[in-house]
Amino acid sequence: MRIKRNSIRDHSAESELVMRRTIAVFVAILFAIGILITNLYYLQISSFNNYKTRSNDNRISVQTIAPNRGLIYDRNGVVLAENRSVYSLQVIVRNTKTLQDDIKRLTSLLSLTETELLNFKNNNRNSRSFKPITIRDQLTPEDVALFTVNRHHFKAFSIHASFKRYYPFGDAFTHVLGYIAKINSRDLEQIEKRGEEIRYRGTKYIGKLGIEKFYEDLLHGQPGQRQVEVDSWGKVIRTLDFTAPVPGKDLKLNIDIDLQLKAQSLLKDMRGSIILMEAKTGAILSLVSAPSYDPNLFVSGISQKQYQGLLKSKDRPLINRATQGRYPPASTIKPQMALLALDEKVITETTTIVDPGWWIVPNSKRRFRDWKAWGHGIVDVFHAIEQSCDTFFYETSYNLGIDRIEPFMRLFGFGEYSGLDIAEETKAIMPSRSWKKKRFKDPWYDGDTISVGIGQGYWTVTPIQLTKATAILSRRGNSIVPHLLKTISSATDSYSPVHESKQPIKLESDNYWNIALDAMQGVTSKRTGTAYKAFKGAKYTVAGKSGTAQVINIAEDETYDAEKINERHRDNAMFVAFAPFDSPEVVATVVLENAGGGSSHAAPIVRQLFDEYFKKSAPKAPATDF
Amino acid sequence: MLSPQSQRSIFNRLHLDPYLLLGLFALMAISLTVLYSVAGYPMVYRQIIRLVVALAAMFVIAQIPPEWYQRWAPAIYIGCILLLIAVLVIGHTGKGAQRWLDLGFTKFQPSEVMKLIMPLMVAYYVSEFTLPTRFRQAIVALLIVIVPTLLIAKQPDLGTSILVASSGIFVLFLSGISWVYIGIAFALILAFIPILWFFLMHDYQRGRVLTLLNPEADPLGAGYHIIQSKIAIGSGGFWGKGWQQGTQSQLEFLPERHTDFIFSVFSEEFGFVGVLLLLSIYLLIIGRGLWIANQAQDAFTKLIAGSIILTFFVYVFVNIGMVSGLLPVVGVPLPIVSFGGTSIVTLLAGFGILMSIQTHKRFNIKR
Repeated sequence: MRIKRNSIRDHSAESELVMRRTIAVFVAILFAIGILITNLYYLQISSFNNYKTRSNDNRISVQTIAPNRGLIYDRNGVVLAENRSVYSLQVIVRNTKTLQDDIKRLTSLLSLTETELLNFKNNNRNSRSFKPITIRDQLTPEDVALFTVNRHHFKAFSIHASFKRYYPFGDAFTHVLGYIAKINSRDLEQIEKRGEEIRYRGTKYIGKLGIEKFYEDLLHGQPGQRQVEVDSWGKVIRTLDFTAPVPGKDLKLNIDIDLQLKAQSLLKDMRGSIILMEAKTGAILSLVSAPSYDPNLFVSGISQKQYQGLLKSKDRPLINRATQGRYPPASTIKPQMALLALDEKVITETTTIVDPGWWIVPNSKRRFRDWKAWGHGIVDVFHAIEQSCDTFFYETSYNLGIDRIEPFMRLFGFGEYSGLDIAEETKAIMPSRSWKKKRFKDPWYDGDTISVGIGQGYWTVTPIQLTKATAILSRRGNSIVPHLLKTISSATDSYSPVHESKQPIKLESDNYWNIALDAMQGVTSKRTGTAYKAFKGAKYTVAGKSGTAQVINIAEDETYDAEKINERHRDNAMFVAFAPFDSPEVVATVVLENAGGGSSHAAPIVRQLFDEYFKKSAPKAPATDF
Repeated sequence: MLSPQSQRSIFNRLHLDPYLLLGLFALMAISLTVLYSVAGYPMVYRQIIRLVVALAAMFVIAQIPPEWYQRWAPAIYIGCILLLIAVLVIGHTGKGAQRWLDLGFTKFQPSEVMKLIMPLMVAYYVSEFTLPTRFRQAIVALLIVIVPTLLIAKQPDLGTSILVASSGIFVLFLSGISWVYIGIAFALILAFIPILWFFLMHDYQRGRVLTLLNPEADPLGAGYHIIQSKIAIGSGGFWGKGWQQGTQSQLEFLPERHTDFIFSVFSEEFGFVGVLLLLSIYLLIIGRGLWIANQAQDAFTKLIAGSIILTFFVYVFVNIGMVSGLLPVVGVPLPIVSFGGTSIVTLLAGFGILMSIQTHKRFNIKR
C-alpha cells in the first residue's frame, strides 16, 4: 500500500510544501520570541525600579529591639526594682528529625508536666518550624544545669535568656513602686493615644501602678532597630543595619530602705499606713500601706484565683492606704483649727472656756460630747490642743463657720491632691456648703460644722494629705510637695524636684504659729499631753497631735467601749508629728485602722520611727544642744 | 545533501549534530550554574546524573535510523496508550495527579513517552498519503491525537496534554493541511473554550487562569507565585543581581526555584543580558532544528523533525510566558534548564531523533 502511494508521489512538491510551512513556523517563532523579549524588556528595563523596590520590600524587614527598663534604687543605692535574667528552654523544630523522641527524653530529664507538653503541642501546631517554641519558662538553676550537661543530646534545643522585672523586697515597696505587667488592650489604647506605638513596638511590659507607672516615660527608654534580611518564611538571614536601643533611666528614690522596712515591720498584721517625710524638702523617706502584696505576682501574670483573692480580701490589700485611704482626720487638725480661730479673732491666746464634758449647740438641744466624759474643766487653746479638748473646738468651729474653715483647710492641702509622684491618689473630701448641696441636695447645718470642728463628720483626709499639712505647720505656712523621686541617675539628666507654687499661708501675727506649734510640742512633752508617755525620754524634741477617729457614730448618750464592739468598728488611731521641734527635719503620719486611741496606739509607732530616723542621721548631723 | 564518505566528520560518524550539541551543552551549563545557585551541589550532582542518562539516551536514539521509527511507530503508539490507561487505573499519585507508574526500580511517566510518539505516529499516518493532507486523513490524524490527549488530561495533567496534542497537530500543520481547515479548527477551539472552562477544567486550573488575568487580586494566595516571579525577573534589571545574589530566589520568595521557575532565578541573577543570551541559544537550537527538518529527505522525517523542534519551542515559550506573567501557570519546565528527570530524557531523546534524521541521510539515498 505504501509503495503504491509512494510511487505516485511528487517528492519535490512535497518538500516545497513542507519547507513553506517550516518557514511560516520559523517566522511565527521569531514573532513569539519577539513577544517574550518585549515583555522581558518591559519587566527588567522599563519597570526595573518598581520591581527593585518590591524586591527590597520583600527581603528587608525592620525589627524593633525593646530597651532595657531603668532600675529603681532607694536613696542609698539599694536596688528596689531590677531586671533579672530568666532562662527558658526553647526548641527549633526544623532542626531536629527526632522531635517525638527528643521530647520523650526531655520529659524524663526535666520532668515536664502534662500542661507543658500540651502547650508545646499547641504552639508547635500554630508556629512555623524555624521559630523557637518555648517548652519551659523560668528554668530553675537545677534545670539549667541538667540541660547543659545533656545538651549534646538535644541539638535543636537551647536555653534562651531574657530579662524579667523583679522586686527583691516583695511586698515592702508595692505601694511605692507599683509593678509592671504585660501590656493589655487598655494600655495599647493609651499608647496609641500618646502616639507612641513605635516606641512600644517590641515592649511586652508596662508600668501599671506606683513609680513604675508614674515614671513609665523615663523608665522605658528608647527602642533600637535592626534592619534585617529575611527569607520568605520571615526567618532572619543577616543584619543589614543596627541601631542600639537606649535603656530606660535609672531612678533613685527618696525612700530609705531601713526606714521603709522598719515602718513595714511596725505595721505587721495591722491595717494602716505610715508616711515619713523630710520636712524641708518633701522627700518621702518611707511610705507604707498595710496589708500589702507581692508585686512579683503581677509580673509573671497573676492567676485569676490569686487576683480574686486580693480583690475580695476584707483587708483590701490592693488599696494604697497612704494615698487612697480616706479617714476622718479627727483631732489631728486641731492645730490648724486653732490657727484659723486666732487669725480670725474668734479666740485669743488667753481665751478660756469651761468644759463640762459636753457642748450644746446654741438655741437647740443637740448635745456634743467630749471624749472625756467628765470634761476638761477650764480650757485655753494650749490645753485644748495638748489634751485634745473637743468642747473647745466645738465652740470655736461653731463661731468660725464652715465658710471660713473650708478655704483655710484647703491651704493646708486638705481636699486637694498632695502632688505626690504616683497616680493612685484621692483628694478625699473637704466639705463645704456647695459640696453638701451637690452631694446630698441638703443644706449645711450648724451641727455639720461642729463635727468638722473636731475632724469628723463629712471631712475625710488621706495620710499623705495629713503629712503634707503637718509639714506646712512645721514650716509655718510654707508649703512643700511630697515626692518620691530623688534623682535620675544618668550623666546627662538632672532632676529638680517639683517646687510648690502655692503662696505661703500668711497670718496676721507670727505668734499664732508659735501658739499652735508650742501646743503641739506640749502634746509630747507636757505631762498632761496626750502623747507624753509615748515620747518620754526621747533624745529629740517632738511636736505632734493625736487623733482618734470614730468609725461609726456613737449615739449621744452611749459610751465607747473598745472591748465590747466589733473589731472593724473600733476607732482609727492616728498620730501626726514632726521633729526636732526647733528646726523640723522629719514629719511622720501614722494611721492605724480600728486600733483604738491615737495617743496610745499610733504615737508609740511614731516614736519608734523617729528613734530610727535620728539614730541613722545622728552621726551625720552636727551635734545639737537641746 | 550528499556527503562523500571521505568528508564525513567524526560527528557524522557518531550520528551527532555539532550545532545542536553546542546549544544543548550551553543550556546544560546554564542549568547547572543556576541550580548550584539555588540548591547547591547536591542538586547539581543529581542533575549531572540525569544529564548523563539523557545524553546516553540521545546517543542511542541517534544511532537508530529513521526508518526504524517509521516502522515501529504504530506499535509503540498503541503500547503507550495502554500504559496511559494503566496509569489511570493503578498509577501513582503525586501532587494530586496520577502520572507515574511505579516499576519498582524507577517511576515511569508514560505521558512523557507519548510526547515523542505522538509526532511519530501522526507523521507515520499522514506520510502514508501524498501531501498535502486531505480532510479525511486529517480527521483520522486528529483522532490519533485526541485519544492520548484526553487520557493525559484525565490524570489530570493539563500542561502535558496540551504539549502532546500540539506536537501531533504541528505534524498536521507541517503536512500542508489547508489554511481553510486551520481557520475552521481555530474557530472550533474558540468555541470549545467555554465548554472547557465550565465543564472540563478543574477549579485549580480555572484559578490559575484567573490568577494570570489579575495576579494582584490575591497577592498572598493564588497570585503569590506569579507576583514573586515577576518581581524576581524585574528586579534583575539589565545586568542582574549576580550569581547567587538573587534575593528573591536565595531567600525563597520564589516557588519551584529549581524546576518550573528556574527562568525567574536566571533572570534575577543575570538580568536582561543573560535573558538575551539564553534566548539566543534557544534560537540557535530551534534554527538548526528547522534547518534539519528542511534538509530531511522524505516527508516522514521532515514532519517529525519540524514537530519535535516546534514542540521544543512551545516548551520554551510557555515556560517563559508563564513565569513572566503572559500565560497561566501550567507546570511546563524550561527545556534542558529546569531540574527534572523524565522531562530531560524525553527532550534529549527528541534531539536524538533529530540527529538521527540529520546523520542517516546517506542510507536513505542509497535505498
